[in-house]
Amino acid sequence: MSAQQNALAAPRQGLNMRRFLDDWVMVLAALGIFVLSAIFIENFLSPLNMRGLGLAISTVGIAACTMLFCLASGHFDLSVGSVIACAGVVAAVVMRDTESVLLGVSAALAMGLVVGLINGIVIAKLRINALITTLATMQIVRGLGYIFSDGKAVGVMQEQFFLFGNGSLFGVPVPIIITLACFVFFGWLLNYTTYGRNTMAIGGNEEAARLAGVNVDRTKIIIFAVHGLIGALAGVMLASRMTSGQPMIGQGFELTVISACVLGGVSLSGGIGMIRHVIAGVLILAIIENAMNLKNIDTFYQYVIRGTILLLAVIIDRLKQR
Amino acid sequence: MLQRVESGDSLRFNAIGKNFPGVRALSDISFIARPGTVHALMGENGAGKSTLLKILGGAYQPSSGDLQIGERTLAFRSAGESIANGVAVIHQELHLVPEMSVAENLMLGHMPSRFGLVNRRAMYRQARELLKGLADEIDPAARLGSLSLGQRQLVEIAKAMSRNAHVIAFDEPTSSLSAREIERLMTIIAKLRDEGRVVLYVSHRMEEIFRICDAVTVFKDGRFVCTFDDMSTLTHDALVTCMVGRDIENIYNYRPREHQGEALRVEGLLGHGLQAPVSFSVSRGEVLGFFGLVGAGRTELLRLLAGLAPHKAGTVQLEGQALKLRSPRDAIAAGILLCPEDRKKEGIVPLGSVAENINIGARSRNARLGCLVQGRWERENAERQIRALNIKTPSPDQQIVYLSGGNQQKVIFGRWLSMPMKVLLLDEPTRGIDIGAKAEIYQIIHDLAASGIAVIVVSSDLMEVIGISDRILVMSEGAVTGEVPRDQAEESRLLQLALPRSRG
Repeated sequence: MSAQQNALAAPRQGLNMRRFLDDWVMVLAALGIFVLSAIFIENFLSPLNMRGLGLAISTVGIAACTMLFCLASGHFDLSVGSVIACAGVVAAVVMRDTESVLLGVSAALAMGLVVGLINGIVIAKLRINALITTLATMQIVRGLGYIFSDGKAVGVMQEQFFLFGNGSLFGVPVPIIITLACFVFFGWLLNYTTYGRNTMAIGGNEEAARLAGVNVDRTKIIIFAVHGLIGALAGVMLASRMTSGQPMIGQGFELTVISACVLGGVSLSGGIGMIRHVIAGVLILAIIENAMNLKNIDTFYQYVIRGTILLLAVIIDRLKQR
Repeated sequence: MLQRVESGDSLRFNAIGKNFPGVRALSDISFIARPGTVHALMGENGAGKSTLLKILGGAYQPSSGDLQIGERTLAFRSAGESIANGVAVIHQELHLVPEMSVAENLMLGHMPSRFGLVNRRAMYRQARELLKGLADEIDPAARLGSLSLGQRQLVEIAKAMSRNAHVIAFDEPTSSLSAREIERLMTIIAKLRDEGRVVLYVSHRMEEIFRICDAVTVFKDGRFVCTFDDMSTLTHDALVTCMVGRDIENIYNYRPREHQGEALRVEGLLGHGLQAPVSFSVSRGEVLGFFGLVGAGRTELLRLLAGLAPHKAGTVQLEGQALKLRSPRDAIAAGILLCPEDRKKEGIVPLGSVAENINIGARSRNARLGCLVQGRWERENAERQIRALNIKTPSPDQQIVYLSGGNQQKVIFGRWLSMPMKVLLLDEPTRGIDIGAKAEIYQIIHDLAASGIAVIVVSSDLMEVIGISDRILVMSEGAVTGEVPRDQAEESRLLQLALPRSRG
């Protein structure tokens, strides 16, 4: 008996250290990169650049919060980039025709919710692979965005609408406030609600969760519906910043969001994920991009560097699991 | 019997040990298997036989000790190395590709080809040669998936012979074979033996051991117990005593319980895996055992009752009320809870903590406003179950994969004990669990039944079914073939009922 307990006690010490590393290493890396950039890059800490950095984080950050739930449940969603573009277009078109900001934003959010619901129902009820399902809706929604806008950017006249992207509260830009609120809210949702815990259980072992009485299908549908809704919110914010709905934006955005999550430590195979992973991943990507811009590094090289960082991050993650 | 060929090399296990996190699966295993003999490995489930075969096959690396074939000392780092050194392990789950042809399966990895193009004619010809004398009736072009389990096993054996393996190990080869297929396998094994190979044979079936084997090594709880070299002087009873090592009655600790009226009544149930309508009832306080061979339909029956598969006909009543079981949630809401056979695949959330795994089921019904997790209640509940079930874990936050099989099983008991329970369905509750934890699990089953819960236990372990059940239903080929009360439960009678009739 005592031998067994000893055998159990020993790995635990190692585990705690490992767990700490797993949980915090990317957050520390993000802070490290921030400090290094502040020291070595001129103008990095200037208010203007900080504001720019904050705004750069906001769109990806919001979408990454709900992508976290998709990934944690063992799935992912490729349609989010198209949803962002289409939401901006829908908002702009509805405001052009009705002159109501409320209606425009509501229509955009409703569109995102419906796309998410379709994704969720097809994946959960019809058991179709998330890759194929969201690849299909990605193209459908992208097409719809072009159709609604006639292929051109749709300008917005309503002043109130610009509040989402360009307004500020106590000197902090609204998109940054919304992003911070999302981090807090979805972090709480993941840890303190049955919905969040069930999401983790489904990603960890779907069959076990089903047998334990978790309503697996409903949870999955909610995950995708919320992701669609939040994607649309990000789209509205982006349209507001650009004062128009543009059908061509956000191409490849879904991959940036997934990269950010995985870079921060969220597992692609499900069951592992925390909001601090998302925050770390989003920060690292945004700071590096910002630093590269300040250093005037050619865009072509930026692609190579971003890809290399992602590849290194997942290789390190793989090695950690050994 | 030792006058047979002694020319080839012996297989020697030298102080083999294997540790998994938190569990010692094998310690200090040493014995010799001689060429030209069939050497049986026996022991209860979880005694370490399969782990040893996995080490032999290169799937696991031993934590200590080594293997020796003849004069060569070996430590296999992969399945490839094991094969290259003339070892073939034929596992219970066959390593074949059902979608490919028999010939392709036989030649996998070295198909006859020119410039990357497979020469089909040569492939079929070679495959036919390999199958000759072993299974002439199998068409090399047939899709492997279309063969019976026994035939597939023959293909696996042919594959082993094609590599001219000197050591061939069989892991419970007869568990899913028909009587005729078993006959043929016995002939083949005798032939392998006469060719001077080392044959290792894992089985639970006494009659096979006494019929085909020349030596028996017994394992218990991952340790070497003894080797019998002379089968002519070995008696059945001596072997059983050696295997069990203690008074059987003592482990099961059966005490009569009061039966308090009918809990579950099943009538005319039909569904996937059942060939004839199944009817039975079980009372509160009763432990009803289901015995049968693998594939008899017992697991499928439990899955119907747990709402995991739809039933085509029949009714299920709980305390007189008809149930609609369309999903596991329906069954759980009614208080019918299943501990699945495959803990890893269907039981635990491996990345989750012990507490997480305990609370996953009860969480929703205890959440505030239907969605807010009650952190304090969950913590207290986890601690309560850990204490009540004597779950050995350093803390409730320990990741569950680091617990031993027995403790993982107890966590699943804890999950269900956190919820209203009327009927508990246990599918192979002690598979892969060491003997100490087994006794604890039998105690838990007894206590649950004594508290008025109806318990249904499916098990392939004959001793276990006899040891803990008040009544035993035997299944064979998707139908109930007999009902045996506790006082008439004898091994031979249960086995007779369990053996398939249509094919034998």
